[in-house]
Amino acid sequence: MLFAVTGVVLFAFGAAGTILLAEPLRRVLAFNIMGSGACVVLVSLAQRNGIADPVPQAMVLTGIVVAVAATGVALALARRLHRLAGDGESSAGADHD
Amino acid sequence: MMATLRRLGVMLGAAAFAWLLADSLFALPAPVIDLRPLVSENLARSGVTHPVTAVLLNFRGFDTLLEIAVMLVALLGVLATLSADRTPAVDHDSADAMLPMFSRVAAPLMLLCALYLLWAGAFRPGGAFQAGALLAAALALLHLARLIPAWSSPLPLLRSGLVAGFLVFLAIATALLTEGTMLQYPPAYAGLLILAIESALTVSLALILAGLFLFISSDGGAQK
Repeated sequence: MLFAVTGVVLFAFGAAGTILLAEPLRRVLAFNIMGSGACVVLVSLAQRNGIADPVPQAMVLTGIVVAVAATGVALALARRLHRLAGDGESSAGADHD
Repeated sequence: MMATLRRLGVMLGAAAFAWLLADSLFALPAPVIDLRPLVSENLARSGVTHPVTAVLLNFRGFDTLLEIAVMLVALLGVLATLSADRTPAVDHDSADAMLPMFSRVAAPLMLLCALYLLWAGAFRPGGAFQAGALLAAALALLHLARLIPAWSSPLPLLRSGLVAGFLVFLAIATALLTEGTMLQYPPAYAGLLILAIESALTVSLALILAGLFLFISSDGGAQK
């Protein structure tokens, strides 16, 4: 259950980061941490009985790849936003408080 | 002051949420459905001996088929967001001599590892996704070392490579409709078909993942 708790903590960190961070790149990273947390919870629940269940593992593997694809799109959008929002500035509404 | 309060509130909320979630995880009852016996019983007919590969490519092959389609759509989405007037930033003045040299040594080794992973997927942890990710990493490394340029727009050869995995998978899935169900491999050919699908998937995944990086990288010309 150590892994499951780690996953939960990662998920909570990621969720807080997604809400708190204003910069798109950081937000995407926080969202990724959230996703990693969910994957860790799923994998750890799959081996609760001591022996790993291959079905959730395969599902998580699929999920990781889809998450990478979604991250790629998110980064491309963030980059586009950055370019449209203004050139020169590092980002619109960076979190500096 | 407001921002600090908001930050504190969100952090407290996240902590409470984590506590509740962890608590409910510990209170979770034993799973009603156990798929492990089902997998191990049918493993002999799946064509591979590693259970995760069997689930990915055989028992739940439909998920993997849709997954490669999602990857393709994601790459198309990335291509759609790139600005039309992009000029790949070409600068050959690599300040660092170590990185290109190291990349030249590492890239062939990564290719070798990827081929091994693809082959090993049938009987131990490995498979198309790991091999594809490794190949994509090799391409990204070569690009960062300025040994290969960023991709500006996909030429016919690259296009066919990008869609090969999806099309081969779809063709095999469709051809197997004659067997009764989509993606129901005849046990005699299952291993061969899975290897064919995985090889095509490796090529496409490597190009798509590298494309996510190299196409976005080509859009940096007007920046700075």
